[in-house]
Amino acid sequence: MENAITGDLAQMGAMIGAGLASIGMGGAAIGVGSVVSSFLSGALRNPAAASGQTATMFIGIAFAEALGIFSFLIALLLMYAQ
Amino acid sequence: MAANEHEALEATLNIHPMEQFKVTPLFGDGPVHWYTPTNVTLWLFIAIAAIVLLMIVATRGRNVVPSRGQSVAELIYTFVRNMIVDITGEEGLKYFPHIMTLFLIILFTNVLGLLPYSFTVTSHIAVTGVLALAVFFGVTLLGFFKNGGKFLKIFWISEAPLALRPILAFVELISYFVRPVSHSIRLAGNMMAGHAVIKVFAGFAAVLAAGTPLGIGVIAPIGAIMAVYGLELLVVVIQAYVFTILTCVYLNDALHPGH
Repeated sequence: MENAITGDLAQMGAMIGAGLASIGMGGAAIGVGSVVSSFLSGALRNPAAASGQTATMFIGIAFAEALGIFSFLIALLLMYAQ
Repeated sequence: MAANEHEALEATLNIHPMEQFKVTPLFGDGPVHWYTPTNVTLWLFIAIAAIVLLMIVATRGRNVVPSRGQSVAELIYTFVRNMIVDITGEEGLKYFPHIMTLFLIILFTNVLGLLPYSFTVTSHIAVTGVLALAVFFGVTLLGFFKNGGKFLKIFWISEAPLALRPILAFVELISYFVRPVSHSIRLAGNMMAGHAVIKVFAGFAAVLAAGTPLGIGVIAPIGAIMAVYGLELLVVVIQAYVFTILTCVYLNDALHPGH
């Protein structure tokens, strides 16, 4: 049965590429979790010094998240903006 | 039957999450020149009007015990001021107007983009690229004017062994030039991704409304939209904060070079 997707080979390639690109977001999730986990383990050891470093934690989260967003952006562009 | 199935499939796969980022003229359907009022100019104007309303009109009373609007304006002011003093020291306060403008513009345009039927100005690379390039050129020129040739010390890492330093300098140079790229794409990508995800879930809701009896299936996508919307609120504020604090870090690099 002719599907709306497989009728067009370039479209199919774009969809497969989008699926491959979105694998990169797993790395972003691991990175953000790693930043927050090390912040938590340090903060539970030394709670008084923790509030001074929340800024650093947010910067670290933004850096780790940004690269995942880049890969999500590529996936979106491939899917909808050929 | 085959034609109906094909049509039904065509109808369900017509989700267009990228249409919301199109720049359209406000009046009529003509081409977009540099003088055409577009939805970008409208929402940028609304953001600036909101900033003026909060920062200038609300603080007009200048009470010692602040009113509501005045205390919000004071909160934002002291927040940005403490951020600059924490990272760059007292001499960074000369650049407080630029950094405050960056923070306010990005915060207000991001938050206004969350309203339904609105347009997020910062979701376009054109807008965030200009903001990030202004920071990049400003910081580089400032570094050279303030420190002369010693500004190049930020590439020459003195803690590394001597044989490694040229390679490290090359890598540091490349990562210095990647700064405006990552600075701008981080903000634009976060905004575009969040809104596109919401649109995709809305497309699912439309499909389920047509497909299930009484449209009972829309509960799941609408719940997902609520969750992503809450996340978007957090992301919007954090992205404005991160843009500003990275600007302060780059400024500190220019004012006090050397590791």
